[in-house]
Amino acid sequence: MSKERIKIAEELYDIMPAEYQDLVKRATYGNETRGWKDIGNAKELIEEHSLCAGCPESMAFRYILASLPNPEDTVMVGSTGCTSLVFPHVAVHNIHSLFGNQNAIASGLKRALSVRFPDRHKDVVVLAGDGATVDIGLDMTLQAWFRQEKFTTICFDNELYANTGGQESGLMQKGFVAKMAPVGKTFEKVRLPEIARESGCHYVVNCTVSKPNLIEKVIKNAVHIAREIGPTYLQLYTPCILEIGKNSMEGLQEMRDSEKPSERFAYKEYVSEPAKELLAELAAKEKERKAEAKRQLASQTVTV
Amino acid sequence: MATQASFIGQKNKKDQVYTDPWKMMQEAERTPSFFTGSEVIKEAVRRASCDIMVAYPITPQSEAAALCGELFAEGYIGDYFRGESEFAVMSQCAGAAFGGARVFTTTAGPGTMRAMENFPMWAGARLPIQMIVTCRGINSPLSIQPDTLEIAYLMQTGMLVWHAETAQDFYDWILKGYMVSEEPDVHLPLALCCDGFFVTHTKDMVDLTPVDMCLPPYDPYRSPVPCMDMECPPVRMMRDPFVMKSNYISYATHASWQQEVWAAVERSRKHTIRWMDGLVDTENTDADIIVVASGTAVSQSREAIAILEEEGIRVGLVKVKTLRPWPGEEIREATKHAKHIIVPEFNVIGWLAREVRATVQNNERVHAGPHVCGGMTMPPEIIASEIKTLLGIKSEALSARGS
Repeated sequence: MSKERIKIAEELYDIMPAEYQDLVKRATYGNETRGWKDIGNAKELIEEHSLCAGCPESMAFRYILASLPNPEDTVMVGSTGCTSLVFPHVAVHNIHSLFGNQNAIASGLKRALSVRFPDRHKDVVVLAGDGATVDIGLDMTLQAWFRQEKFTTICFDNELYANTGGQESGLMQKGFVAKMAPVGKTFEKVRLPEIARESGCHYVVNCTVSKPNLIEKVIKNAVHIAREIGPTYLQLYTPCILEIGKNSMEGLQEMRDSEKPSERFAYKEYVSEPAKELLAELAAKEKERKAEAKRQLASQTVTV
Repeated sequence: MATQASFIGQKNKKDQVYTDPWKMMQEAERTPSFFTGSEVIKEAVRRASCDIMVAYPITPQSEAAALCGELFAEGYIGDYFRGESEFAVMSQCAGAAFGGARVFTTTAGPGTMRAMENFPMWAGARLPIQMIVTCRGINSPLSIQPDTLEIAYLMQTGMLVWHAETAQDFYDWILKGYMVSEEPDVHLPLALCCDGFFVTHTKDMVDLTPVDMCLPPYDPYRSPVPCMDMECPPVRMMRDPFVMKSNYISYATHASWQQEVWAAVERSRKHTIRWMDGLVDTENTDADIIVVASGTAVSQSREAIAILEEEGIRVGLVKVKTLRPWPGEEIREATKHAKHIIVPEFNVIGWLAREVRATVQNNERVHAGPHVCGGMTMPPEIIASEIKTLLGIKSEALSARGS
């Protein structure tokens, strides 16, 4: 999409909602250097949403949307759950169809976009909860990876079914007492990051969303690798503060506690060999871009 | 983006000419060919300018789905792959259609049932996917035999549902189906059903359109809802997602959208009548006895009518071509003089008879049957016998014919 497409006809400008005017004026579509630092300086691609106050998922959404490398040509696929309350407020095309079929939708979508736009990059990013990714949709999650479908799968892991009120999920920790696990969950947290690696993902990261710069890095890596090589998977801890008995301001600390080296969300990463090569190339290009920008800046200073 | 009209006269990469669909279907010279129903599906898809097909094996559609794979290998389809289950396949089809592709798939029986959650979603999302349904048993114990019970479920999804009698119907309706379902005021998925094996696995003479002509490509920007390709403005869709709201505005939104989907089914009527020359075909509707049937029950009824004619009993016929939209007015008109309305079916519940009963005046005239199911055939003699019994005429005991 060229940014021209979202421009407002002059005659209709005043009747368009302020948030849309803002989007046209200050959003970072088409900005190669976009990232989490734009939050607060530019128009974000997410409006006010209806998540709970202090929900780490809302932080995750903001960092991810600020970090997508190509939002003007990115389509997101969601699933049922808390995330489906947010997507209607997001300024990239997004699809909600059923619960658990997100990686099947994304498979068809990515192929359709490749057939229709063979000479352009159209990125597809799936974002769904752990129930959708690991329980009801596991089959389609894995099969998309087996087939080497070229899109990114992001799982917001809050270790339970949040939107239906805190039921046991496959990513819940063993022993946790929840609805539908009245005597505590009897089996271990499903090890999807390892399964993702074995299923053919080229880039797998397991972490929390406590650090925006880290999220920016892993999102950019995941999207670029999916575009050029094959499936990528990010499992991000976005605790449901409501269901684990925390207060609104305690989400960040909960994530920090859970990413300590011995904890289940200690940063873990897998990068396949072809993906490593791609990341090295991208890093070299980025270095060159920064050096060029520095040179430009220096020459400007001289002329002034 | 170029419009469909601007493609007409141009060639695709297989040297087929994008042809005005009306000229291609109604005026171009036809070549008689002797093909199985599965091969006919392949030949129609060859000319349909499909972008994506997703396949999955289930009898009796596996052959057709595999033959379409050959078309992909030859370069006639943009992309093709095997999904992991019918639920996944129908979601993959949805994803492709959301992304602006013309999509084709095939399924049958238990596959239709497994995928069922997708179909109201397709209709609600206004995705003009075409799905061939080669009906087969869905009962337990396991059956792969012909049985049309799954159509009863499809009729409530908001999809267009057509029921082909012959391979010729099939060939024409696949191509015409895209023309109807892609109309901006329709833009709905189409379940194009046939009776498995009877149509898929038998050979028949079919008049094919020229192989060097194909439909113009699908134009996703004629859709009444935005195509999810980031080529149009990605606005905030709503201030409060309706899913969580228990208020009047939320209910009214969902209610009006459901009504709109069914209104779109109704709006398909005029296009379908134009392309298919009516939602029903009728013969001798001045007779006292009228058979109303769809699918291969129509062929069997024709044979039964010929048998009865030899005995001096005159029977008329209504061939129901579309189940959604439902040809209520047409059936009322065609049966207004009938004393008896006979509805033979290949399923245990008699869904067609229920629909006809809900349609006509004085519906005690509607006789549901004969029914066969589970793969049983429907010899014309049992239809003739049922009609004679209804008239109080004794007929030879069919059981005496042996197995």
